[in-house]
Amino acid sequence: MGQIRLDAVSKSFGDVEVIRPLDLEISDGEFVVFVGPSGCGKSTLLRLIAGLEDVTSGRIEIDGVDATAVPPAKRRLAMVFQSYALYPHMSVRKNIAFPLRMAGLGKDEQMRKVEEAARVLNLTEYLDRRPRQLSGGQRQRVAIGRAIVRDPTAFLFDEPLSNLDAALRVNMRLEISELHQSLETTMVYVTHDQVEAMTMAEKIVVLQEGVIEQVGSPMELYSAPRNRFVAGFIGSPTMNFVNGEEAARRGAHSIGIRPEHLTISTTDGAWQGTVGVAEHLGSDTFLYVHLSDGSGTLTVRAGGEYGAGHGDTVYLTPDPAKLHRFDAAGLRIE
Amino acid sequence: MARNVTPARKATVTAVAWIIGLAIFFPILWTILTSFKTEAEAIASPPSFVLFDWTLENFAIVQERSDYFRHFLNSVIISLGSTALGLIIAIPAAWSMAFVPTKRTKHVLMWMLSTKMLPPVGVLVPIYLIFRDVGLLDTQAGLVIVLTLINLPIIVWMLYTYFREIPVDILEAARMDGATLRSEIIHVLMPMAVPGIASTLLLNIILAWNEAFWTLNLTAAKAAPLTAFIAAYSSPEGLFYAKLSAASTLAIAPILIMGWFSQRQLVRGLTFGAVK
Amino acid sequence: MPTQHSRVHARLMISPAVLLLLGWMLIPLGLTVYFSLLRYNLLMPGMEQWTGLTNYRFFLTDPAFFDALRNTLVLVGGVLAITVIGGVLLALLLDQPFWGRGIVRVLVIAPFFIMPTVSALVWKNMFMNPVSGLFAHAAKGLGLEPFDFLAHAPLFSIILMVSWQWLPFATLILLTALQSLDSEQLEASEMDGANYWNRFLFIVLPHLARAITVVILIQTIFLLSIFAEILVTTNGGPGTASTNLTFLIYAQSLLHFDVGGGAAGGIIAIILANIVAIFLMRMIGKNLDA
Repeated sequence: MGQIRLDAVSKSFGDVEVIRPLDLEISDGEFVVFVGPSGCGKSTLLRLIAGLEDVTSGRIEIDGVDATAVPPAKRRLAMVFQSYALYPHMSVRKNIAFPLRMAGLGKDEQMRKVEEAARVLNLTEYLDRRPRQLSGGQRQRVAIGRAIVRDPTAFLFDEPLSNLDAALRVNMRLEISELHQSLETTMVYVTHDQVEAMTMAEKIVVLQEGVIEQVGSPMELYSAPRNRFVAGFIGSPTMNFVNGEEAARRGAHSIGIRPEHLTISTTDGAWQGTVGVAEHLGSDTFLYVHLSDGSGTLTVRAGGEYGAGHGDTVYLTPDPAKLHRFDAAGLRIE
Repeated sequence: MARNVTPARKATVTAVAWIIGLAIFFPILWTILTSFKTEAEAIASPPSFVLFDWTLENFAIVQERSDYFRHFLNSVIISLGSTALGLIIAIPAAWSMAFVPTKRTKHVLMWMLSTKMLPPVGVLVPIYLIFRDVGLLDTQAGLVIVLTLINLPIIVWMLYTYFREIPVDILEAARMDGATLRSEIIHVLMPMAVPGIASTLLLNIILAWNEAFWTLNLTAAKAAPLTAFIAAYSSPEGLFYAKLSAASTLAIAPILIMGWFSQRQLVRGLTFGAVK
Repeated sequence: MPTQHSRVHARLMISPAVLLLLGWMLIPLGLTVYFSLLRYNLLMPGMEQWTGLTNYRFFLTDPAFFDALRNTLVLVGGVLAITVIGGVLLALLLDQPFWGRGIVRVLVIAPFFIMPTVSALVWKNMFMNPVSGLFAHAAKGLGLEPFDFLAHAPLFSIILMVSWQWLPFATLILLTALQSLDSEQLEASEMDGANYWNRFLFIVLPHLARAITVVILIQTIFLLSIFAEILVTTNGGPGTASTNLTFLIYAQSLLHFDVGGGAAGGIIAIILANIVAIFLMRMIGKNLDA
């Protein structure tokens, strides 16, 4: 079991309210990602669940039991830290065995479980090394190994990939996703990277300034963002926003259209503009188009072979079905 | 500053540094040399440096006259005992200050250090009288207690500065791994802080070994450590240079030897953890 | 921010240290204050009498008190000046590359390990003795009259001895600090046209400020209560020429058995030390956060 329920949980540091009272339900076996810009309170929320911070008010239930006042050591949760937090004076073997040793398991049992975890994580040949002799990715795996040996109720990940280089990050992302599929244990994952959120999550929680902006599956967030913040945060490159006349004509304060939902033509279209910068990624080309009526710059995704360059005149047409409309408060208009 | 050092410049610096180093060390060297001389050679004019008849008789006489080994044993018990006790009290305190800091932490630390500024002489008489009345005067236990208390602020301060370098993440990881506070400190914090704890330990052994106010004033014969042993040579025996040197050599040798064997930790400790 | 649990633990774990030090401070302090208001002589047990502030009056009007006060300040100030300036110079020297750095460093540190009583006796007898000390031999070798250091310049002699013991400490701290100086800063300043003296004044010295503060703080703590060196060399004399406050109070209470007078002196010493302490704590408190 690994069900977590937050009930009107809030957290203040002194006078600063980092988490405004919020409710959240995480079901057993779910992969939930907390995402948001830095300082949005996502890590704090994770630490509240872990018990490393006290809630200022509200209640945390784990598997239906009130855990608000339970110290971290007794919550049966495992955590992977951004810095990995490996014990530098212990070998990999001892690092992974540590939670088992703390739980008072027998030596043989400890070793059996460590070997098993090492096999799963491809760490067998590194078991007798010290953390400092390992690469970043290996350290990451040791941290995960330390978390899985004890069969926790849920895993908590605090930006675990942010210290890895880009290629390794993609790899570890896959490994963690696979791990989730094979273990079927609840995972709560914090990141500021919306790509990680989109690719890994079953449920995304978007946070801003201590408030939950939206909870939903990646595709729900992508296709029906509840407000302008979520719309702008999810998706890459970010959504284009147009205010003023064009928006008013569609009965909104502002409209949003993703770069991949604009069609580009050199002959005709809804909006005219000139190309500022063209970024060629090979698979795609991103064009930054300055609209002729001066209402702003739009990003457009075109094919990889698209030829237009700086100064060329182009016409853009939005896909009306993929157009998002927002009111003056930034809320979605259905 | 390290680039383009000409050999000539390096040679000059080498010469100057060695001359100054030897000059600073000279009193110690001279004492050790003199301890192997006869009394006549010790006051010979002009003094001889190496070309004299080396003898060990001074050491034998010193041991016989003032029972070096008893004082040595007292010094060992008092300095090790007070350091161990100090660490036991200070490690939890330093944990609190380093990892659960409050608005008051800095003040508590400053207050602790300020107790070291109380001139010991200001409280000598009451301590003397209390010790007399409870039978701690001239006992090893009494000195262990006093030296623990006077060095405690420094132990706490040093451990605090070392502990602060340890990432709190790792202690939190231990907590998440189900460690109790005891295990967190014994299995995670202390092994990680071994260099810092070693430095603290060494420095405090030295401070306790050389402490010469309380050890002189609170002991008579039974528990007297080496500071008292050597103070007995202050008059007129002091004029017997060879014996004075032998006694001095015996008193400083243990610490000098320990110092040389643990130079690296000690150098770190000597800075009281305050400078990196 | 720590949780309630860890805060409770923290309070429990810090209390032994705090309570012990509080007891160590308050109990003797209370007794000292009490004794200082009594006429209390160890030679006349059972004759203690309430005398109010008489002890203070006697102590504060004793010319020896002012001598001791001056001597204490000269002693602390002198040693601090020698060790800080000497330490900076020595650290700059030892920071240069040369052959045998490790050995020279050990030689320079060695005096710190030496027991104050040993150091005082060795200096007094084997170096400063006007008849058979090494300095006397050297003076005679140069055709000069040997100088009786402890008789004619007792305080200066003690300052020399104590400086010898503390110079290693200052050097070592300053050397450590010097080695942590970013060499790019120096190179940048060189590019900006700073000569050696300017680099020292505007880059090196400010970088050493924190280390110098530490040296001053720690040394002052130990130097204010110098005792053994005086006890075994001059016994505070001749007259009161080398008596510091610590020694004066010691003499009053344990040599003249005047507990009341000694206690009053102790309280005065504590008050003075506190003034110094407040000043120093300000200084270090500011530097400690950096």
